[in-house]
Amino acid sequence: MRSITKRFPGVLANDSVDFEAQKGEVHALLGENGAGKSTLASILTGLYRPDAGEIAIDGRTVEFRSPKDAREAGVSMVHQHFRLAASLTVSDNIVLGQHDAGWLRTSPRIIDSKVEELAKRYRMPVDPRARIWQLSVGEQQRVEILKALYRGARILILDEPTSLLTPQEADDLFETLRRMTAEGRTVIFVSHKLDELMAVADRVTVLRGGRSIGTVLTRETSPSQLARMMVGREVVFAQTKQIHDLAGAAVVLELRGVSAAGDLGIHALDGVSFSVRAGEIVGVAGVSGNGQRQLAEVISGARPRTAGDVLLAGSRLRSGDPEDAILKGIAHVPEDRMHTGVSPSLSIADNLILKSHRRPPISFQGILRHGSIRTNARDMIARFSVAAPGPDTPTRLLSGGNVQKVVLARELSSRPVVIVAANPTRGLDVGATEGVRALLIEAASKGVGILLISEDLDEILLLADRIAVIYNGRIVGLVPRAEADIQQIGLMMAGSSG
Amino acid sequence: MAAFAAASVVLLVAGKDPIATYERIFDRAFFAPGALTSTLVTATPLLLTGLAAAAAFRMRLWNIGGEGQLYLGAVGASGTGIALHDQTGPILITGMILGGLLAGAAWAIVPGLLKAYFNTNEIISTLMLNYVAGLLLLYLIFDSQSYWRDLSSFSARQFPQGKVLADAASWPTFNFEIAIVPLGFGLGIAAAIGLWALYRSTVFGFQVRVLGDSASAARYAGIKTRRIVVVMMALSGALAGIGGASQVGDFRHVLDPRGLQQAGLGYSGIVVAALARYNPFAVPVVAVLIGGLANAGYSLQGPDFPAGLVGVLQGMILFFALGGELLLRYRFTLGSRGSLPVGAQPAGAARQ
Repeated sequence: MRSITKRFPGVLANDSVDFEAQKGEVHALLGENGAGKSTLASILTGLYRPDAGEIAIDGRTVEFRSPKDAREAGVSMVHQHFRLAASLTVSDNIVLGQHDAGWLRTSPRIIDSKVEELAKRYRMPVDPRARIWQLSVGEQQRVEILKALYRGARILILDEPTSLLTPQEADDLFETLRRMTAEGRTVIFVSHKLDELMAVADRVTVLRGGRSIGTVLTRETSPSQLARMMVGREVVFAQTKQIHDLAGAAVVLELRGVSAAGDLGIHALDGVSFSVRAGEIVGVAGVSGNGQRQLAEVISGARPRTAGDVLLAGSRLRSGDPEDAILKGIAHVPEDRMHTGVSPSLSIADNLILKSHRRPPISFQGILRHGSIRTNARDMIARFSVAAPGPDTPTRLLSGGNVQKVVLARELSSRPVVIVAANPTRGLDVGATEGVRALLIEAASKGVGILLISEDLDEILLLADRIAVIYNGRIVGLVPRAEADIQQIGLMMAGSSG
Repeated sequence: MAAFAAASVVLLVAGKDPIATYERIFDRAFFAPGALTSTLVTATPLLLTGLAAAAAFRMRLWNIGGEGQLYLGAVGASGTGIALHDQTGPILITGMILGGLLAGAAWAIVPGLLKAYFNTNEIISTLMLNYVAGLLLLYLIFDSQSYWRDLSSFSARQFPQGKVLADAASWPTFNFEIAIVPLGFGLGIAAAIGLWALYRSTVFGFQVRVLGDSASAARYAGIKTRRIVVVMMALSGALAGIGGASQVGDFRHVLDPRGLQQAGLGYSGIVVAALARYNPFAVPVVAVLIGGLANAGYSLQGPDFPAGLVGVLQGMILFFALGGELLLRYRFTLGSRGSLPVGAQPAGAARQ
């Protein structure tokens, strides 16, 4: 790609970016959110057309008028937000949009076996007959990659592929990628996680503010040099929570033998028991789809439990009653921040009162008080430095980091006893991630008990006082951070011991 | 505009002068003596059923049952009108309004409860109940000797019809210089303002807005979604029921199954709500415009202007209004698809 330029109203997303990937290499594209990585990737996949510049594949200049052109040229992309039809099977999704099948549908069995074979070859176990909505996020990603391979992609672009994976899953993915490059395929790996880039990439191109800062060989560079290139300044890495001795602190959240059903009616949680003390952060580590979402929902009351008790500061929470949980002091930072954490079309001001709208000062005898709502909104926007044009802006127009700030502002200001945070930094850039973590640490230092459910093990290792590992709906291990051994935790997450 | 341009072509083909025709349409709809009044008469039921549909659709509750709820409203209002015939006007009329409102709400609560507790598809259940309501109307007047049927004379027994209400049961009108406004229209305007205030200023309205936007956010916030579905369904039915009451009280003064069924006012209300984009204040405007168009149509047709051509004109104007809406949205989506994945991120970077 030579001197690619793309303008959007008000933004110069790519400014004469040069980018070159060689056959059979893993080439990483590094940059903060908004650096222009996604734009560049979208141009390469034919989603956008560049305002200037040209693309050449195998030395031949090509012009992509649509994603179809790019696909035919062998370029495929796995998006961060998957583009799968939830009610169809894995195989259906893989052949979806393929027109070479002719008028008649190829027999599903043939496709299934093809998919299975492909999955085996690249070591990505997935059931071709399962429906997408039954799969965990990690499995869905495998389907996306299989889809690209099935279509014979020679150049595969992965956008933030490991944000949802465990260390082992990530290692498996890297192994898959190596197999692909060994076959002469090219992988373009978009990420802002330095460590994994160092592990998987052959070369790294750094973007900043829409410009290409440079391309370096990974074996000749270091994470700190890359970080400097990425943000243009020195970065302080990863704040961590001081470990305190919390043995004497009061238990604020206790689960006793909690079980719950998943969406399919099968057991998603099975006799989960643990407790969180005031001022403590308990991290729940696990591979996506092992009951984390159900755990968060059961505690916040969104999902009824089938057995066991949830006690908040000694008082029993009613099963499946979110209002009861809110009133008793459970704050919840949900996994799906855009559709559950906020109501996207409503204004920031409205979203900030999502939970407090029934009570004074926000409302009085069923009537909303617009004055208090505005004051509340201005207050929160200032206190949590939400970057927004104003309190009346629809929340969906905010960036992910700012949406999360709105959620945190609302949840933290409710003076919670316990915060349940599910993947609170997923998809956020470095700056926003640090901001969210700082807020959680600060809340803990004020005596709030925090249950941090995260698929990012590094995050848990940084923040949690104790680490619980969840596998198949059970807590299979609970260790203090000081005694945590990452290898052992990884094995427990994979269900092979503990 | 495109509507008028395209319709001009049709008019030219049919050998009519388009400009003169349009002048005539607007004149007959709004400016001729008495035109505005008859436009308001046509607009009154559309306003009420339009609000009924808009209230439900706003929270993605697809109540297609405005038609049946309007029939029930008419049944309820005429029933109370007959029962209270010896009362004074104000009591009689208030009773009729309440009768229509409650009957419409009760009819709508059934699919509301089914939706809330058994997750039944409300489109199907409300639509089915329309047919039930239609048959109920026919039964009351034609197939039984019900309370609503007039059995006082021989001819009434031979040619079934409803009991004509007492004069005191005729709803009052308000005479402004430019037009005479029926009570039903006034109720509709009041309901529009009420609906707006409900959304803007009440806790309940806030919860409706959240639920309409994101059901999972509503559950997460501890909002009792079932209760809201039932209440909004009842509210929607109540508005359509007032529409039915107004048909009896303002205009027909008798329960008239055939007339009500031919008018299809409940279904037209869906069109009105869609054109108004479910905005309570846009509903009256759209209702009056459509009412005017319909009225102009009646007066246009005659020896020199075939009724079919009138229908074509009305159809085209509606089609283009709806189509224009669609095109607007389509452009909007295209634009946001072009800028979302990337536009969102640079914006985020600029802000953080």
